[in-house]
Amino acid sequence: MIAALETRGLCKSFGALTVAADINFRLDTGARHALIGPNGAGKTTFVNMLTGRLASSSGRILLGGEDVTALAQSARVKRGLGRTFQINTLFRELSVLDNIALGVAERRGDAGRVWRPASAYAETRDESMALLATLGLADDATQRVRDLPYGKQRLVEIAIALGLRPKVLLLDEPAAGVPSLESERILEALDQLPPEIAILIIEHDMDLVFRFARRITVLVQGEVLVEGAPEEIAADRRVHQVYLGEGGHG
Amino acid sequence: MKHSGGYSADTRIRWTEWLPWAIALAGFFLLPEYLSLGARILIYILYALSLDLILGYAGIITLGHSAFFGLGAYVAGILAARIGITDPMLQLVAAAAAGALLGIFTGAIILRTRGLTLLMLTLAITSVLLEIANKATALTGGADGLSGVVITPILGYFKFDLYGKTAFLWCLLVLFAVWWLVRRLIYSPFGASLTGVRENIVRMHAIGAPVYLRMVLVYTFSGTIAGIAGALNTQTNQFVGLNVLGFESAGELLVMLILGGVGRIYGAFAGPLVYLIAQDWLAKQFPEYWYLGIGAILVIVVMFARGGILGIADRLARLIGKSA
Repeated sequence: MIAALETRGLCKSFGALTVAADINFRLDTGARHALIGPNGAGKTTFVNMLTGRLASSSGRILLGGEDVTALAQSARVKRGLGRTFQINTLFRELSVLDNIALGVAERRGDAGRVWRPASAYAETRDESMALLATLGLADDATQRVRDLPYGKQRLVEIAIALGLRPKVLLLDEPAAGVPSLESERILEALDQLPPEIAILIIEHDMDLVFRFARRITVLVQGEVLVEGAPEEIAADRRVHQVYLGEGGHG
Repeated sequence: MKHSGGYSADTRIRWTEWLPWAIALAGFFLLPEYLSLGARILIYILYALSLDLILGYAGIITLGHSAFFGLGAYVAGILAARIGITDPMLQLVAAAAAGALLGIFTGAIILRTRGLTLLMLTLAITSVLLEIANKATALTGGADGLSGVVITPILGYFKFDLYGKTAFLWCLLVLFAVWWLVRRLIYSPFGASLTGVRENIVRMHAIGAPVYLRMVLVYTFSGTIAGIAGALNTQTNQFVGLNVLGFESAGELLVMLILGGVGRIYGAFAGPLVYLIAQDWLAKQFPEYWYLGIGAILVIVVMFARGGILGIADRLARLIGKSA
């Protein structure tokens, strides 16, 4: 089977500092995969290389079997790669609806049109509204994003990516900074995502990781330490060492 | 709420949007002795509108917008005074084309940069053009300016008269046409995507938008409009001086736009109107210190009325709405 997303020997270094070392990674259609690791392990760097925001030093990235290593961000998005950001990266002064609609319009290929008013593109608006409804944000559609509570802004982050109808979705700490009560709401949203999307989640909240992921990769200092099912990872002594700093007992 | 297009915007023309045109026509009939000031205001509105498109909507920061205005002014002037193309419409078309060409060529290069680098590059381009205009005296008249600008009647019938009646209406007509186009653009998906670029360029890349292409396009369109404004300036004054390319003119324009309200069409209307009337009045009252008055107005606006004149108007409208 062709992987939805695959990396082969992906490397990145800034001068002498290696932040990704020979990462071989595979994400299948419908995957629920978590990428964990201590701070500075290179998780966000890895995501930035996958999306094309950062060029890799060497190695290849394949999206649905096609080599996209040399393609620009926008070209990868067109091929079905969506992402969310660890720190809210939203159109703060625009309405919630417009935040989603801008992405939907890009996907539909209408976003560069200059003649008819945007509000005449009913399909774009309806699709955006429907998406907001599935995430429980329908009542907030006309609010400015900056006026929303933080937890809802995190949902908008996800909604924008879903508007692109990605085949592969990269979630960079979707619950970062959200109080635990509200992170439940985000987890529900994640559970409702279309099953065929391949999802890679980067997360520090282990409860969330173990509830959501069916497979986990542990990244340490730019290298894959171990990959396996959640039970295997939970039982892995090296992972415990990395996370709890239990050095050396045998 | 601030009105800036988008996918749920009501695009019908509100009654308040007819106000500028009603005021302009009222001014035409009631204040015939101020028509040359009026034409200057209309030209600067056009010029400010072009700056607002890139600065207010797309968030492209520039201090060199006078490059387009000056180029348009010189193209019209050189055509009229040196080459003998005296038809005002042809001059406008040529100035628009020159603005567009400069926009696409310089935009394609400098819009790969952001922030201060971009600011410096816009300044550099204007400085280069200024120096060319200064040195190419055979064409431009250099520091003495370009005189002998001859403009034949519009459509062979409407003569540019001494009182500036034709010039005022001509500027008003051109402004109306451009306003209509700009308004369409702002409400379009393209316009919405420009506000996306302004609000968050990282996210625009992440939703697959061809950000660079969009910026070059709007920069080119903006340059086209500024070129037209420059040509109108030549036609109404029948003279071109080096100041049209000056850094001061670009800075003054920025001040007018901030005064009116950045990122909204009618900020570009309110700013030049208030600024140029204040300038005219202050210069008559205090011929030596009038710049002090302009400075005071700007300080007051920046400190107490962020969002400019239209920001104040919004707040007033809300107050009235509450008390009613």
